[in-house]
Amino acid sequence: MDRIPILRMGSFLIVTIQVDMHDRLALALQDDLTSKIAATEAKGVLIDISALEIVDSFIGRMLANISAMARILDAQTVVTGMQPAVAITLVELGLSLPGIRTALNVERGMELLRSSLASAEEPDAEDDDAAFEA
Amino acid sequence: MTMPLLKREVLPIRTETDVVMVRQAVRRLTIEQGFGLVDQTKLITAASEIARNALDYGGGGEAQLESHLEGGKKGVRLIFEDKGPGIADIAQAMTDGFTSGGGLGHGLGGAKRLVEHFEITSTLGVGTRVVLARWK
Repeated sequence: MDRIPILRMGSFLIVTIQVDMHDRLALALQDDLTSKIAATEAKGVLIDISALEIVDSFIGRMLANISAMARILDAQTVVTGMQPAVAITLVELGLSLPGIRTALNVERGMELLRSSLASAEEPDAEDDDAAFEA
Repeated sequence: MTMPLLKREVLPIRTETDVVMVRQAVRRLTIEQGFGLVDQTKLITAASEIARNALDYGGGGEAQLESHLEGGKKGVRLIFEDKGPGIADIAQAMTDGFTSGGGLGHGLGGAKRLVEHFEITSTLGVGTRVVLARWK
C-alpha cells in the first residue's frame, strides 16, 4: 500500500501531503506518524498541506487526531500552508479544527514549533534554578 | 428541475479510490464550467462527503456528474445513489454532530451548506439519493 513519507529533522518530523489521499492512506499516515513520534522521541510535527486541494471532514478529523495523539506523546503539531479556498470551505463545512495549530507556510510553522518548544523548556529551567538555590 | 444538459458521466463508488476519482472528476467539470477556485473547492468537498457516505453507509453506489447551462448560467449537478439501508431520520442525520459512523458528523449538514441546491431522499431498505448543485 502507498505511504506518505515522514522526514525527520532533528527533533521534528515533517510530512508534506502531495497527493489526493483516499481514506485508508490518511489513516495509515495517522498511525505511521504516531509510531514515529514514539520511536524518534520527536518534539514537534509539521504537516504541510499546501498541495491539498480539499480538506473534508475525514481529513480534518485525521489532522485533529494526529494533533491530539502527538500532544499525548509530548509533541506539538502544526499544520501549514492551507490554501485560502480550503480554509473558507472548511469553516462553511463546520470544521474550525479546534486544537490544531496552523501557520501560513513551512517557514513560519518551523518558527512556531521552535518557539513553543523553547518556551516549554523554560519553566523546567526555572524549576531547576529554584531547586538549585534551595 | 429541468436544465439543458451539456454532459453527463457516471462513476462507480465501490472503493475509497473511487471517492478520490469522483473528487477529481468534479474538479475537472467545475473547471470546464469556469467555476472560481472557492466554488470548485466547495462543490468538491461536498461531493467528497456525500460519496464517502454512499460508500461507508450505503455499501457503495454511483455518482452521476452533469454539466448544465440554464439561461446563460453554467452549473454542475451531482447525483449520488446507493442501495444501502437508507436513513431512518433524515432531519437527525442532517444535524451537525450527528454520526452513525466514525465521522465528525458534519457530512450531510456541512455538504448542504457548501452547495446552492441540496436534495436528499431516502427509503428504508431501498437506498439513498442525494442531489447537489452549484452554479457559476
